[in-house]
Amino acid sequence: MENQSLRLKLRVWRQASAQAKGNFETYELAAVPVHASFLEMMDLLNEQLIREGKEPVAFDHDCREGICGMCSMYINGRAHGPQRGTTTCQLHMRHFHDGETITVEPFRAAAFPILKDLAVNRSAFDRIQQAGGFVTVNTGNAPDGNAVPISKIDADEAFMSAACIGCGACVAACKNASAMLFVSAKVSQYALLPQGQPEHRDRVLSMVEAMDLEGFGHCTNTGACEAECPKGISVENISRLNRSYLIAQLSGGGTSTGTNTE
Amino acid sequence: MALTGLFLVLFLVVHLAGNLQLLAGDGGRSFNEYSHFMSHSLLIQTVSKLNFAFIILHVIYSLWLTRQASAARPQGYEGKPALQTATWSSRNMGILGTVILLFLIVHLKGFWYELKFGSAPSITYPGSAEPLHDAYEVVKAAYSQSWYAGFYILSMIFLGFHLHHGFQSAFHTLGLSNYRYKPLIRTVGTVFAVLVPLLFALIPAVMHLQSLGY
Repeated sequence: MENQSLRLKLRVWRQASAQAKGNFETYELAAVPVHASFLEMMDLLNEQLIREGKEPVAFDHDCREGICGMCSMYINGRAHGPQRGTTTCQLHMRHFHDGETITVEPFRAAAFPILKDLAVNRSAFDRIQQAGGFVTVNTGNAPDGNAVPISKIDADEAFMSAACIGCGACVAACKNASAMLFVSAKVSQYALLPQGQPEHRDRVLSMVEAMDLEGFGHCTNTGACEAECPKGISVENISRLNRSYLIAQLSGGGTSTGTNTE
Repeated sequence: MALTGLFLVLFLVVHLAGNLQLLAGDGGRSFNEYSHFMSHSLLIQTVSKLNFAFIILHVIYSLWLTRQASAARPQGYEGKPALQTATWSSRNMGILGTVILLFLIVHLKGFWYELKFGSAPSITYPGSAEPLHDAYEVVKAAYSQSWYAGFYILSMIFLGFHLHHGFQSAFHTLGLSNYRYKPLIRTVGTVFAVLVPLLFALIPAVMHLQSLGY
């Protein structure tokens, strides 16, 4: 196991631009160290392609520590690959076997248009976030720690929701390409804390409206999102979002201090 | 989906409770009297109209959801996962629902239409003033055919899978699920999805065996 390496065949989605028609290309890698991460394996592929005078594969990546949410890729039919609870950068080649053919596709959703090869535009998430994923605070000195009492349970649940890194695996994995897990996590992280209360109803309505505008599908509660989420965001957030949305709708929309009050 | 679905879940319970009288062993008297009462009660007739409307709404909304989903992902994936991360029933509600709809058409043609517009036999029980439709006889004749009974039993298996996802999903959509109640909702949903179709399937199974002389 120490210095083992794998011979791999890769079927990679190649698409020159957003408008171009894409197709799968097959590449062979002779010696991939088992300790390499999936992204390092892609680096090896690109070095090989550059040596051969070919165009390297475009893919998203940034921190390579599993915390930024930039890497994507749909590997062998799974968002972020076969391992649960990890991003693609934290997936290591020891989870594949010698001689395996690996199919690598971009995250597919109308709301995540392909930019090039495996890189997709996930700025739809940014626009949803801008629609309400914030709290308004007065400027001045930093407030005293623990000045606002919050129960341990609420703090923990809010923190679990806030762990969402916005990578889009939930959308990629959902059979309806729904963004409900992302939106519900972003709503929940504020909904559970007193600081998020003044804008709560506005936030729910605005973020759901922004989500619908982006062309994501609807949630049918399959739970594939939770299973594929590298941060283990729970679908209970979706139930909380549904509850909040229903209450906000029934109570006639926004709150007085809201930003989008109609 | 959730509201119409939950209404249909309630309907299943009432329908099952009534139908189990088919197995009462009294030659069908209690079932016929029940069936007479149901078809002459203003409340039940109103609810039954509502029920038809909800079935249609449930179907229309599901078609719309399916269209939204394919618009949200115009190009699908090629890679097939070795291990699925969502239950089979949750991924195939459309297929399950289509089979249930086919069943409903056969079911309504066979019983509802026959009794309402067809030439169902009548029976007069001693002590009752007017003759009643002999609904029991219609059901008995239908279930004596093995393909008919078999189709009913098979359809109930599809219904079970449909309910297995649908029951707990409805609570989720309405925002009634949380960390605390989720296990309870799941358990009740699973028990419901097994028990209700099983009891429904028991009726054609038993009546078919009775027709064979067991």
